[in-house]
Amino acid sequence: MAGDRFLRIALPTATVVVFLVLWTVYVRTAEVSAFILPTPLEIVAAFVELVGDPDIWHHALVTVIEAVSGFLIAVAIGITLGMAMARIQVLEWAFKPFIVCLQLIPKIALAPLFILWFGFGLESKIVIAAALSFFPVFSNALVAFRSVEPGDRDVFTMLQATPFQRFVMLDLPTALPVVLAGMEVAVVMSMIGAIVGEFIGGNEGLGYLAVAMLQELRVPGLFAVIVLLTLIGLSLYTLIAQLRGWLTPWHTSVMQGNRDA
Amino acid sequence: MKMDNDADIRLSGVGKTFGRGENAVRAIGDATLDMKRGDFISLLGPSGCGKTTLLRIIAGLEQPTEGEVLVRGRPVWNGEKRSAEATRPISMMFQEARLFPWFTVAENVALPLRLRGVNRAEREERAFALCETVGLKGFERMRPSALSGGMRQRASLARALITGPQVLLLDEPFGALDAMTRDTLNLELMSVCQQARVTTILVTHSITEAAFLSDRVVVLAPRPARITEVVEMPFERPRSLDLQRRTEFQDMLVHLRASLTGDH
Repeated sequence: MAGDRFLRIALPTATVVVFLVLWTVYVRTAEVSAFILPTPLEIVAAFVELVGDPDIWHHALVTVIEAVSGFLIAVAIGITLGMAMARIQVLEWAFKPFIVCLQLIPKIALAPLFILWFGFGLESKIVIAAALSFFPVFSNALVAFRSVEPGDRDVFTMLQATPFQRFVMLDLPTALPVVLAGMEVAVVMSMIGAIVGEFIGGNEGLGYLAVAMLQELRVPGLFAVIVLLTLIGLSLYTLIAQLRGWLTPWHTSVMQGNRDA
Repeated sequence: MKMDNDADIRLSGVGKTFGRGENAVRAIGDATLDMKRGDFISLLGPSGCGKTTLLRIIAGLEQPTEGEVLVRGRPVWNGEKRSAEATRPISMMFQEARLFPWFTVAENVALPLRLRGVNRAEREERAFALCETVGLKGFERMRPSALSGGMRQRASLARALITGPQVLLLDEPFGALDAMTRDTLNLELMSVCQQARVTTILVTHSITEAAFLSDRVVVLAPRPARITEVVEMPFERPRSLDLQRRTEFQDMLVHLRASLTGDH
């Protein structure tokens, strides 16, 4: 309904506006120092200043390269391992408990170790981003490639399909929606990994910039970096979500989304 | 039983036991049956009597633990291995349409040709022609999710027919449909099978459907699973729905029902 569509846009906008107004009112009336919490308008001003600085794009590019490289490594390894274990039971028995145990280690706590092993450059951040985003891809791929229905397999058996034909025309399209859902989670994790790595060591990237801003007590600038990070994360996430729409337009989740829009 | 040497499908002493030792469950035992080219037989029995298992054994989807299945003289199983040669002339329809959502209706219908390496132009031409035959004209480029249950089974039937099969195995394909759609599809199925002289085996628990479509009805009883009776349906072809109102047809239903419940 048209009224519904209006509310679907008006309500979330109103929530954000009310939040920003309450924030501003609180800072003004309680006379909070700008070193502790700037107002939204001050943050916007700092953001405009930030993106006007040509240096910023170098830092942003470094963070994006780290996150995306880590993400792609995680996707390649995660899908390969998930697929192999879905097909070969012995592999799952041998390695899955080990991988789950590794997953239970708080990987962020390992970040300093990765810096020690891989240095202060991009490599250590890529490894942290990959380590954080691996598991959602792997576990979704394992479930996805196992969820081919026996009845669908029977159809391909009756049609004398070769293993390769079955993989391309049945296993892969069946698995794709679930694998892509895992990749949506993973791309967000990879951003977190890259930023955490930059917090700990190095002299490039938006995570490094955030720490530098804080040390200079440029709190509005820190918030501006956070806004930029959020926008980059959102773009990466949207990209993967778009990919899902392009690659699996038949899938219920995609069709449901289209109906909602 | 007299063995016909040019039988299209021959089951000799086919049996299947799931599990071993104390947990062993005998799904089907000592099934022996000969079918000539163009025969239409039904496997009739209550749920759990092993009729689907028997059909899957003939299709080569399950391996029998005893006996042998020959399709056009070739054994379906060579030891542990399903014979691609023996099963090539077989098409199968399942309880669900089993269409793939990533293909359009025409692509689903053409899938068997694609897997056999037929080029795109020819596949499309044959799929579109067959869609028209089964009443799916205008739906060729849609996704299966846009179709009703009856139309999905039509597409599934078209997919089963596109290779020009010599043997058609049907596992209650219209069981989930409403009575009217079911009658229509059964009539179409019967005319297709007769025209092309396709040897057909239908698994069903509907006595009327079995009697109406078949040359012979194989009655199965559960626990222990076995063939209890093979009944000839002496009604002339072509058949129309009027047949179902005739006294001899009604008498046949009574006979089959008695046979099913073991009341003689």
